[in-house]
Amino acid sequence: MVANSYLTNLFGRSPIRPLQEHMSKVFGCVSQLKPLLQAMVDNDQNEVRRIQRIISQLENDADSMKKELRHHLPKGLFMPIDRRDLLELLLMQDNIANQAKDIAGLVVGRKMTVPKSMHNLFLQYGERSIDAVAKALDVINELDELLETGFRGLEVERVEDMIKELNAIESETDKCQVELRDMLFAMEDDLKPTDVMFTYRLLEWIGNVGDYAEKVGSRLQLLLAR
Amino acid sequence: MWATTPKRSGVDCNYYWPGKGETTVDQMTIYIILAGVFGLFMAWGIGANDVANAMATSVGSRALTVKKAIIIAAIFEFAGAYLAGGHVTKTIRKGIIESDVFCVGCQASPDILVYGMLAALLAAATWLLIASRNGWPVSTTHTIVGAVVGFAAVGVGPDAVQWGKVGTIVMSWVVSPLFAGILAYMIFSSVQKLILNTEHPFENAKRYGPLYLFAVGFLIAMVTIKKGLKHVGLDIGDGQAFLMALGLGAGIAIIGGLMIRRIKMDPRADRKFHYTNVEKVFGLMMIFTASAMAFAHGSNDVANAVGPVAAVVSVATTGTVLQQSVLPSWVLLLGGIGIVAGLATFGYRVMRTVGHKITELTPSRGFAAEIAAAGTVVMASYTGMPISTTHTLVGAVLGVGFARGIAALNLRVVGSIFMSWVVTLPAGAGLSIMFFYMFKGIFLT
Repeated sequence: MVANSYLTNLFGRSPIRPLQEHMSKVFGCVSQLKPLLQAMVDNDQNEVRRIQRIISQLENDADSMKKELRHHLPKGLFMPIDRRDLLELLLMQDNIANQAKDIAGLVVGRKMTVPKSMHNLFLQYGERSIDAVAKALDVINELDELLETGFRGLEVERVEDMIKELNAIESETDKCQVELRDMLFAMEDDLKPTDVMFTYRLLEWIGNVGDYAEKVGSRLQLLLAR
Repeated sequence: MWATTPKRSGVDCNYYWPGKGETTVDQMTIYIILAGVFGLFMAWGIGANDVANAMATSVGSRALTVKKAIIIAAIFEFAGAYLAGGHVTKTIRKGIIESDVFCVGCQASPDILVYGMLAALLAAATWLLIASRNGWPVSTTHTIVGAVVGFAAVGVGPDAVQWGKVGTIVMSWVVSPLFAGILAYMIFSSVQKLILNTEHPFENAKRYGPLYLFAVGFLIAMVTIKKGLKHVGLDIGDGQAFLMALGLGAGIAIIGGLMIRRIKMDPRADRKFHYTNVEKVFGLMMIFTASAMAFAHGSNDVANAVGPVAAVVSVATTGTVLQQSVLPSWVLLLGGIGIVAGLATFGYRVMRTVGHKITELTPSRGFAAEIAAAGTVVMASYTGMPISTTHTLVGAVLGVGFARGIAALNLRVVGSIFMSWVVTLPAGAGLSIMFFYMFKGIFLT
């Protein structure tokens, strides 16, 4: 006898676990930026290239996870969170990995370096951006708790506090970026103009990582406000 | 021997049967044996296939292992069938057909009813076999009701059907999932408010959990005492029944409360998922709600198998279609045994398959859905409405979903439920009409 019942057909695949797994992969990808930037500062081209390949691979993995999740989100699914919100959240998460991949590509492609005086703050900037993503991962990992409580009550407050922390980290990275830009601006005349241009771009892209992480948080907040 | 059936002439109903000749006794025995075999087969099918749906929410949420679920199902399906199955059985047996039509000298003789009920049973069993072979989810209840209406309306005539009662039954098919859904929504919302969305959900689960168990125990005890114990030989007054039900509900709540108290908070388990310990409490309480579910299922669905059997037995032993004849309790016993046999032989496999597919349901959700579904089904059993346990459970799960409790639900199932009515009712009716003419051909020539 074949067991096929309304009950088995009733339950769709939960998008929450795959969403969390995707975010976890994204974080894995982004956290490789730390050794990448370190190797870049150390001028270790081999290491940079090695890590760039890892990042590229992880980004690919995240991409296929994204597609997989999209495939399993048919329109007829009834979910406690809006389907569109969920897909946007996924897109934001994926943007983080894409940005990391682009950063790695840029660092390898242009054999990027930054002036010695900027090293410390530059590395710190990178790290804080990764921290923002880590916080965003924490927030996403609360989704199953949110589901448990029906997206209401104390758990919502807890998540909103976490989102506040995430925003605080992001504004820290913003400050770092401003400072780094100022330093770079002061040195502009002594450096090759194209290098300067791309260093600005690198700073901006690293900042984007934190921005996207923040957007993951604010997307989730919108979803809670419903 | 078929040819020697006594002539149906203007003999008084009461003297027409049992006849004095040997052949009639033989025929009577054959009818009863046939009905018993078909009914047993049908009950076996219910046990093998249908029970899995009632229990799968517990297995899927990992509150129960398949083995424990089988044991609980066997005990409580049997208890439900035997103690509270009488009322729905009565509906299937004589609530759908117009019994005045079946008497000697009337439009149809009583043995026409025997052929019809045998045909309905065989039709339902055949259809369920075909459906489960092909993996189509169908409802036993709808099939048997379609089959009984089918043979009566076409084989005998439209006035052989109590259309008003059939209308009420069809209404109950719409109302029961809706009602269960609303009930589940309310129960789950209260679980959120009292337990999940509080500062100390674990403590509150322990505090308020027994209250829910009390409600479940009280309801089931009330239905059993009011509707079931009479045919077992106990007749209890209203006030006394109420007190007894209160006592039984309290007893269950206390037992549950003591069991819950033994669960120790494990802070490590909460690190990954903050509600692991709370869910453990619900998982334990689901032993009770699963029992309620099995009891409810037994009380309602046993009728699908034994309702026609009871009709056949009643005609074969009294020779008439008496409205007031009592239901022999061995018929319910037969149904209970059939269900347990089905569980023991096939239920294990089906339950595992269904359970593995619904793992998205956590114990707190399954708990709310099961209380709502079991409550609705038991109340239907009380009023004698043959409803689908599975449809009711689907309604309850949707209710929990609407309280934002479940990650993803496939709403297309609702459409497929309506579709299955469109297919199952005519299929049951058609097969039943076919078998009816077949039996008539065999026995009357």
